[in-house]
Amino acid sequence: MIIAAVCAARLDAQSPRAAAPYSVVSLEGRRTVGAAIAGDQEMLRLDELAPLLQVTVREDRAAKALTVSRGTAVVVLSLDQGLASVGGKIFSLSAPPARDGSRWLVPLDTVSRALAPIAGVRTEVREVSRLIVLGDLRVPRITVQQDPGGPPTRIAIDIVPRAAFTVVQEPKRLLVRFDADGLDIGPINAGGGLVESVTAADPLTLAIALDKDFATFRAATVPIDAASSRLVIDLTAAGAPAPSGLARAQAQPPAARPAPAAMPEALAALPAAQPPGVRTIVIDPGHGGDEQGTRGAGGVLEKDLVLDVARRLRSVLDTRLGVRVLLTRDDDRVVPHDERASIANNNKADLFVSLHANSSPNKSAKGAEVFYLSLDGLGAEARKMADGPESKPVPVLGGGSRDIDLILWDMAQARHLNESAAFAMLVEEELRRRVEMSPNPVQQAPFRVLVAANMPAVLVEMGFLSNPEQEAQLTSDDFKNRVVQSLFDAITRYRGRIEAQAASRLP
Amino acid sequence: MAVSIRIVALTLITAAAVGAGAWAVTRYLNRPVRRPEAVASAAAPQPATARRIKAILHYVSTDGLRLAASERDVIYAESASEQARRIVEALLEPAPEGLASAIPQGTALRGLFVGERGDAYVDFNGSLRTNHPGGSASEILTVYAIVSALTVNLPAITSVQILIEGHEVDTLAGHVDLRRPLPNAPQWAEKGST
Repeated sequence: MIIAAVCAARLDAQSPRAAAPYSVVSLEGRRTVGAAIAGDQEMLRLDELAPLLQVTVREDRAAKALTVSRGTAVVVLSLDQGLASVGGKIFSLSAPPARDGSRWLVPLDTVSRALAPIAGVRTEVREVSRLIVLGDLRVPRITVQQDPGGPPTRIAIDIVPRAAFTVVQEPKRLLVRFDADGLDIGPINAGGGLVESVTAADPLTLAIALDKDFATFRAATVPIDAASSRLVIDLTAAGAPAPSGLARAQAQPPAARPAPAAMPEALAALPAAQPPGVRTIVIDPGHGGDEQGTRGAGGVLEKDLVLDVARRLRSVLDTRLGVRVLLTRDDDRVVPHDERASIANNNKADLFVSLHANSSPNKSAKGAEVFYLSLDGLGAEARKMADGPESKPVPVLGGGSRDIDLILWDMAQARHLNESAAFAMLVEEELRRRVEMSPNPVQQAPFRVLVAANMPAVLVEMGFLSNPEQEAQLTSDDFKNRVVQSLFDAITRYRGRIEAQAASRLP
Repeated sequence: MAVSIRIVALTLITAAAVGAGAWAVTRYLNRPVRRPEAVASAAAPQPATARRIKAILHYVSTDGLRLAASERDVIYAESASEQARRIVEALLEPAPEGLASAIPQGTALRGLFVGERGDAYVDFNGSLRTNHPGGSASEILTVYAIVSALTVNLPAITSVQILIEGHEVDTLAGHVDLRRPLPNAPQWAEKGST
């Protein structure tokens, strides 16, 4: 009986459990591929994926492998280990294939690392939005952000890459219809004011549900950069004066009425037209949730300490510098590294500051340190990106160039190293005035959280929790406020530097 | 060199015949990550007369912020991958007197694979992560003690990727990007240290 129970428990532990499916967008339309969690890995159903990629799958039991082929191109997936052979090269995968009854599950990275090179069509995996794009389709990433201020209620919709759209007014809602093959809808942070909700009305349309007090709206677009654009929609309540200088759409008629997508006279009033400066700062309290970071001898947890300092810094920046400040986490939870960078990138942050506390095997180690990214391990392509103002295409693992955008995003920090170094020096100078510094006060390291940040970025180690004396210091209000004041002054000085540079470029 | 020849041969086989290639490549795939028991048997006591090489291994410096070099005897091996394995196993042994190990307790080597381009993949058990004390300084010292052990002593190895329980990992403790093979970074060694 005991043996049977143990066996049952083992089987249960090993059985994949269902996960939300991935959407596959192709010329044939939108379909889903089943997903499951096996072990701690997210896996896709290979039998559902194979026909979409035009590949055939065969199990070779003698060789303990799955052979995936398309014509003469062959990929071999080891059943024992997370390894694949693609065109004679070996790539590691996050897990070996897993069996689910008579079907095979493969880890998600199999698609981009092993299957994309032999697929019949361009293959792009967008993990965050659980989307796989097959073929040269236009599937812009759409993120929606509502300005917490107002009135008026302002919605900003970022479209990457840019795509044409129309705004249509209907009773109780606005519809934003995109000229694309599909939408990759990212985070929607909207609701409140005159907006009840923002949802996907159909695969190509966003619906903004309106409060009963809504009266008018205005819409305008601005380019964010060469590839992206932002649609800004201002909503005004009945009886409220419509802001001047902007095109205005009257209260809705009963029938739907298209509004022009771009209104040139509105451009000057939109945020993207502002000169260089420091308007948005993302503060990243390291670790969180089960990822506690280091623990002091007296029990202080790094994740709690850095969140406390991050909140203090936000408060000071909010009230004294008048900039928009976002935290990558405002509670005790796990935030993946890519999500931390995404929060900064999607909000067009001008600075990224990651806060940490240190630990060393030697308890006497002490002092604050400031880091910016080193390109060690990122390869020659990252260094090329750092050297030139324009991004260069990066060959994808296994040949071809399918994942160019992903790799560029992944190395976004390479283009900002000089500014990151300059900001790190300012942070070090300000910290040195108030707290003890390590013998190595400014350093470069290949830190994961900095790699994808598309703006000047530093990581600050405030001191060593492994040093009992420093642990006591770090937990005091006085020390935390010294760190906050140092960062505030460094950010203020950096903003002055940016504004001076911009002014010197004026004719 | 012998490994390279085998790799080329197996690659050609794969391109030539799907069925036979699948078998051959799978045999090849089975090489990199040895089973734990294989590592255990290989680590059995060697005769005192076994031929040895001098290897430079790195431990935590006295200020706790850098790596300090120390010369250790390591049993000689015929192939680069086998020599690499013995060097990493030596690094996992207790540190010399007066120095502290940068490797968490309980860490064991599961397997090691040297790729065609001088990149080594070193697979450890979960203790490397679960017993790690955290903090970027500790993490940097752990990572570069491993990276330098191979790149300093074996010219054929130019970069090292750390795997845990056979899987790629983002980081060990939340800081150093381990998604790609890392070259050595001598700035983490004490000045005057090799």
